[in-house]
Amino acid sequence: MSATAANRDTPGIYSKAGSLRAERRWALWTAYISLVIAAIIFLAPPFYMLITSLKTSGEIATMTGNPWLVRDPTLENYTAIIFNPMFQRFMLNSIIITTCVVALTMVISILAAFALARMRFWGSQVLATGVFLTYLVPDTLLFIPLYQIVGGLGLLNSIFGLILVYPTLTVPFCTWIMIGYFASIPKELDEAALIDGATWSQMLLKIFIPVALPGIIAATIFAFTVSWAAFVYPTAFVTTPDQMPLTIGVVSQLVRADTFAWGQIMAGALMAALPPVVIYAFLMDYYIAGLTAGATKG
Amino acid sequence: MAQVSLRKIIKAYEGGVQAVKGIDLEIEDHEFVVLVGPSGCGKSTTLRMIAGLEEITGGEIAIGGTVVNDIPPRDRDIAMVFQNYALYPHMSVYDNMAFGLTLRKFPKAEIDKRVKEAARILDITPLLDRKPKALSGGQRQRVAMGRAIVRDPKVFLFDEPLSNLDAKLRVQMRTEIKKVHQTVNTTTIYVTHDQVEAMTLADRVVVMNHGIIEQVGPPQVLYHTPATRFVAGFIGSPSMNFIAARLEETSGALRLHLPAGMSVDVPEARVARYRAYAGKDVIFGIRPEHLTDDKPTDKTNPAPMMLTPEVIEPMGMETLAHFKLEGTELTARLDPATPASVGQPLRLIAHMDQMHLIDPTTDKVI
Amino acid sequence: MAADGSLAVSGVSSVSRGRANTMQRFARRRSTIAFMMTVPLLAIIIGLVAYPAAYAIYLSTLNRRMTAFAGTLNFELLFDSNTFWNVAFQSCFFAITAVLLKASIGFWLAHMLHHIPNKGQRKWRGMLLVPWVIPPALSTLGWWWMFDPSYSSINWLLAVISVPEVPWLGHPWAARISIIIVNVWIGTPFFMIMYLAALKSVPEQLYEAAMIDGASSWQRLRYVTLPMMANIISITVLFSLIVTFANYDIVRVLTNGGPRDLTHVFASYAFQVGILSGNIPRGAAVSLFMFPILAICAFFVLRSVTRRNKEQM
Repeated sequence: MSATAANRDTPGIYSKAGSLRAERRWALWTAYISLVIAAIIFLAPPFYMLITSLKTSGEIATMTGNPWLVRDPTLENYTAIIFNPMFQRFMLNSIIITTCVVALTMVISILAAFALARMRFWGSQVLATGVFLTYLVPDTLLFIPLYQIVGGLGLLNSIFGLILVYPTLTVPFCTWIMIGYFASIPKELDEAALIDGATWSQMLLKIFIPVALPGIIAATIFAFTVSWAAFVYPTAFVTTPDQMPLTIGVVSQLVRADTFAWGQIMAGALMAALPPVVIYAFLMDYYIAGLTAGATKG
Repeated sequence: MAQVSLRKIIKAYEGGVQAVKGIDLEIEDHEFVVLVGPSGCGKSTTLRMIAGLEEITGGEIAIGGTVVNDIPPRDRDIAMVFQNYALYPHMSVYDNMAFGLTLRKFPKAEIDKRVKEAARILDITPLLDRKPKALSGGQRQRVAMGRAIVRDPKVFLFDEPLSNLDAKLRVQMRTEIKKVHQTVNTTTIYVTHDQVEAMTLADRVVVMNHGIIEQVGPPQVLYHTPATRFVAGFIGSPSMNFIAARLEETSGALRLHLPAGMSVDVPEARVARYRAYAGKDVIFGIRPEHLTDDKPTDKTNPAPMMLTPEVIEPMGMETLAHFKLEGTELTARLDPATPASVGQPLRLIAHMDQMHLIDPTTDKVI
Repeated sequence: MAADGSLAVSGVSSVSRGRANTMQRFARRRSTIAFMMTVPLLAIIIGLVAYPAAYAIYLSTLNRRMTAFAGTLNFELLFDSNTFWNVAFQSCFFAITAVLLKASIGFWLAHMLHHIPNKGQRKWRGMLLVPWVIPPALSTLGWWWMFDPSYSSINWLLAVISVPEVPWLGHPWAARISIIIVNVWIGTPFFMIMYLAALKSVPEQLYEAAMIDGASSWQRLRYVTLPMMANIISITVLFSLIVTFANYDIVRVLTNGGPRDLTHVFASYAFQVGILSGNIPRGAAVSLFMFPILAICAFFVLRSVTRRNKEQM
């Protein structure tokens, strides 16, 4: 009796388990196929840029054959662009601007976030909301009045003008996520520090900054990538090549050459994109933490 | 080492809500005082005012004879252990313990000596290089205590330090804390909501409720002679049974009339104390441990009651039986050998020499 | 305990004992220090965001040479011009289409990524985020070259499957679609990563409970995943709507507004008019048209974020 019951049940169970397994396997295949297609599409443009940058001008000029393959790869585009004094100047400008902006941003936003997260004062709530709203104001809404203001200060065509205005891109978001990181530190920790005899500055330097270090790294990466990639402000405020950062420099100056030296342009673009990509490759987790922090923290 | 005095301490928040409503308390040097009460009773707020983490709305707090109302926490010479330990996550155990001394610019050798000594007392010497993340709950607790000990402060403050630990560890750490206090002998103020912790640790227990002190006294005094219905119910586990009753006098003897037509005699020794309440409604309080099953040998003051258990909970060394007496829940502690079962009427004895009577109008124990 | 969870020793006014004690002075000094610490931030918000925004309004009321007040003349002239209406249409069309595509593809990919075994996720996530990491102006340059009319590598691929040549940047609608393609390519990884984070924050037990209650995988998505992610989805979509609507880089590099000014969006048109043609007031007027739409989005973002914070407390 029990044996027959078992016999009757087993195929049922197995077919159920089988279908469940098949369903899972099917889902997994869909996932992998989608991801492979997405990866091909997502990586194709940078790959094509790389291929182009390895081609000789002659090969590009023939404009025949499979464009996705390179017949005789060469590094001449890279040597040409690296020893191009204009490109060197762009690179130097980008480095100066980004370094200054990142330093300024981090000092301003850490101080402000500490004050806003821990030392509530009159209007601090309003200010925190204001920070978030400022973050939502896009640069394309402000570049015309800022053009007038920067012009009034005599800083058009100067990297200092850019150093002045870039913090509007970085400070609000960095402050916002730092508020989130600082607020997530349990308040018993500062009470313990207070009882241990720490002053406000010691509390910030010895407790908050080390404890929120992952957040600080994430914010720093954000500030770096944003100021490295900024495009609207330099396009609007800088027209002389020697004050241009990389983005606008590569887009406007290299392209302007009479015969489009596509190999060199792509080499330049890839070189210009390299620093953020390298930082991303090595600090991916912090990068992603910073990216998602805007909506999930604070 | 110092005594701590609280004089008419008030804590009010914006909007006029008073968390602490004017409490007075004198804590002697070397004393271990536990503030106990349900959540929201003002015990933590009181502790935080002593620490200087909350502003004092009214009254005065003095530590070692100095009024500290205006002194920020770092200059009060106190150390505190927090509920979630509040260890600095980026520092090693050693640095956590040394931090307070470093900020106070102690010489390196002195810091090292003190940290090592505290680590020895707490048995955490092998953990000194670890980060808090790598420690278990009990170990973190020890480090938090170590951080307090190295400072050699006037007063130790503990804010529910054991409530994040599991039951077994909690008992272990409780003993540990008592041992540490016996070694370093610093005045200690300890906040908990757990009356067992309060009873086991304290030299004196302060029972708080709704921002006032209900009663202050050594654990045994609180247990045997609670001053109010709140203390009577709060101290002791399972808590005291309260039964609405009526006190009647018949020819010089007092008799308590309970619900369901039952009645018990008030022992002669108590008659004088309760005579004024004759003919009035009172609340009869009796602890479960004084409501036991009838043993023929036990004839001290038999006040028999026939009750039918609804739930039986065997605990090993004893058995708890729960009854219902006209809507009032009652608990009795039975000998585990007694064959009790649900639905079988049981003859119980109330040990009337341990009885309490409460005036329902004032909630004071008579 | 301070109800707001801060260290604030709240200045309770009931202590009117006449003299300010040291604790109070300590508290007051602390709030002065706190205020000082936010001064640089305030300077940026007021000096470089609020003031320019107000200044833009003022600028938009001037005449071309900025010598006299011209009232609403700039706006009237814009309303009369066909180009402007084209710009308005293109901005809305571009932003809405691109955001919808980014959100749906991003959601799909996040879901797929969530389904594969954990140890492979990092690698895939790392690859799929690359478009977001490259500065947009530079990757758009690569796309421009891929769209090149005489040697388009995309057309070459299409030719392999016998699709006729597409005049990517030469024809208005093709150019519009090209811009959307590039924007979707750049922005989808952001959606993917946000949704993946949201998916990961849904407790596994909820799915298990739903499974035991007999929910199919579609029902689990509909009744567990989507409601749990609703807030993140709305925040991300609104936020992206703002950024996409105000986009400049792609249009500038890819088409520069052409052909025949038909692919201009507000930002690139404002740039064209204000900076390149030197008509600052008119340019300011164009950029101000972004403001109402952005303000509406910003309002809803703020509301979602506040609601989310309340839920998390």
